Amino acid sequence: MKFVVCIKQVPAVSELPWDPQTGTLMRDLAEGMMNPACKHALEAAIQLKETLGGHITAITMGPPAAEEILHEAIAMGADKGVLLTDLRMAGGDTLVTSHTLGMAIAKVCPDFDLILCGCHTSDSETAQVGPQLAVELDVPSVAYVEHLKVLGTTLTMRRLADNFLETLEMDLPGLVTMTTKHYQPRYVSLGDLNDAFLAAEILILNADDLGLDPERIGIKGSATRIQNVYAPQAQKENVVLKGAVKHIVEELFARFGDRIAGAIGKDLDGRQ
Amino acid sequence: MDDSKNKGTATHSIWVFGDYRNYFQNRVTLQLLSRANELAKKINAEVCATVFGHDVDEYVGEYIAHGAQKIYVLDDRKIKDYNVDIYAGLMVRLIEQHKPEIVLVGATSFGREFAPQVAKKLLTGLTADCVGLDINDKGILLQTAPAFGGNLLAEIITPERRPQMATVRPGVYREIPHNYHATGEIVRLSLPKDLPKPRVRLLSAERQTQREQRLEDARIIVCGGRGMGSFKRFRNLTELARLMSGEVGATRPVVYAKWASQDALVGQAGRQIKPQLLFSFGISGAIQHTAAITGTDLIIAVNKNPNAAMMKLSDVAIVADANQTCLALIKELKKSLRG
Repeated sequence: MKFVVCIKQVPAVSELPWDPQTGTLMRDLAEGMMNPACKHALEAAIQLKETLGGHITAITMGPPAAEEILHEAIAMGADKGVLLTDLRMAGGDTLVTSHTLGMAIAKVCPDFDLILCGCHTSDSETAQVGPQLAVELDVPSVAYVEHLKVLGTTLTMRRLADNFLETLEMDLPGLVTMTTKHYQPRYVSLGDLNDAFLAAEILILNADDLGLDPERIGIKGSATRIQNVYAPQAQKENVVLKGAVKHIVEELFARFGDRIAGAIGKDLDGRQ
Repeated sequence: MDDSKNKGTATHSIWVFGDYRNYFQNRVTLQLLSRANELAKKINAEVCATVFGHDVDEYVGEYIAHGAQKIYVLDDRKIKDYNVDIYAGLMVRLIEQHKPEIVLVGATSFGREFAPQVAKKLLTGLTADCVGLDINDKGILLQTAPAFGGNLLAEIITPERRPQMATVRPGVYREIPHNYHATGEIVRLSLPKDLPKPRVRLLSAERQTQREQRLEDARIIVCGGRGMGSFKRFRNLTELARLMSGEVGATRPVVYAKWASQDALVGQAGRQIKPQLLFSFGISGAIQHTAAITGTDLIIAVNKNPNAAMMKLSDVAIVADANQTCLALIKELKKSLRG
């Protein structure tokens, strides 16, 4: 089977998970990294390839530095990496990003059986590129897949959607977007990573290589425009209470008992 | 309430996709109908809903009672199962035929898979997971959505292409009360003859047990962070919430440490909440979390660190140990609650 995995490099996350054992932040997740859901999608593809045989093309779009995650993908088990990099592609919305990716897949792996994407990225979380890429390539798709199995020319999938645990079947070729629930990405040793950097097969393409119309890519081709960006703020009373806990609680009920009781919908005995 | 005010004179239409498969999907549809009515006044538009499925009259009536002036209904056994592929195709045909100015879809699992396909087929813009919708001075839909990992909010527009599309997070708007006297036009359509064979087929769907009330709907939420110190102490929050008939929410580190389940996550990747009363225990106030609580009426934050961002955002900032304060509150409420 021919697999294409779309992966994205995401920036250092601002709210890093912490290790409950040591109480420290898991800083190895910082810097540029492969988006977690993309990595799970790649792991799913590798596991399918291990049982069914086949070939995995990992594809990413981004600045030249995004090549790093293609090496990581190859160290994990992908056969080939494709980097789409071009300033003209930058800043695009999901409509044009899915167009660019679709054109690239049509060029480098037109006879794909299954495309796997992460269900969303940690930096933008739109979750739109996967389903839109399927439309671009006119193949069926299923989002938020937890587990999948190939049976001949159909794919059987399990997912949780709107509180229904669903089993679905899809004709191939098709596209899935994967959650981080089931396919825990394998560990890659430094040695393997090093080998992947030395021997990797990476194809680098720009908009001209893909025959892209500059009017249909990047910011220029996008349907949406970002007008303004701001930090959310809330204006609050900010009464500070401190001292002994017992007194704090008494004062809280004395001053805010009405509003607390109002929210609860019951009287607070002898407090008002 | 005059629900016929725009009839005949409306120059535009705002559409809401009728997502109804479970109670909460239906609620966000009602919330969007409410907001669509407010937006419609600013651009002289008619509010329409679409309902696809089989035996859906219950929803047709409900959407009219909640502000839809016109409903396009596709009621057929062949489309009784929710199917993104088929529904997206049907929606695209309807949109191409009637050319609404704006199309709103709830940011449910279904909506977030369905809307991108519809937008792509129409080659128009779509903003994901909006937390605010308005109309700007040019009559264009102003879509506010979290950006850059939730650190910031972005105002996004679709200046030229139509329709302008957005998925909107559940719980951002409140539905308007049920109006039994409302009337609306019901347009019953039949399935196109060339309905494609489904390329994705639903083999089984099993309804999962759900918490009794969703965080989005809770009037009181007790939210805990890493500052609670341990799983055992975190469970005291459940006791406090229970006393007030509230719900427990959690921050990402707490969910990561498995003190609370994923569906308790309050934050950019989880729930957007707007309770009347929020107790916040041992939460530092990372922006992914605080961006999701902005609609709260009264915030009482407890933290040893008076400079924590969460303390600055609160109505009442209690400088104390989170767990001890929680226990003292439990004691006090047990004494004073009656009825």
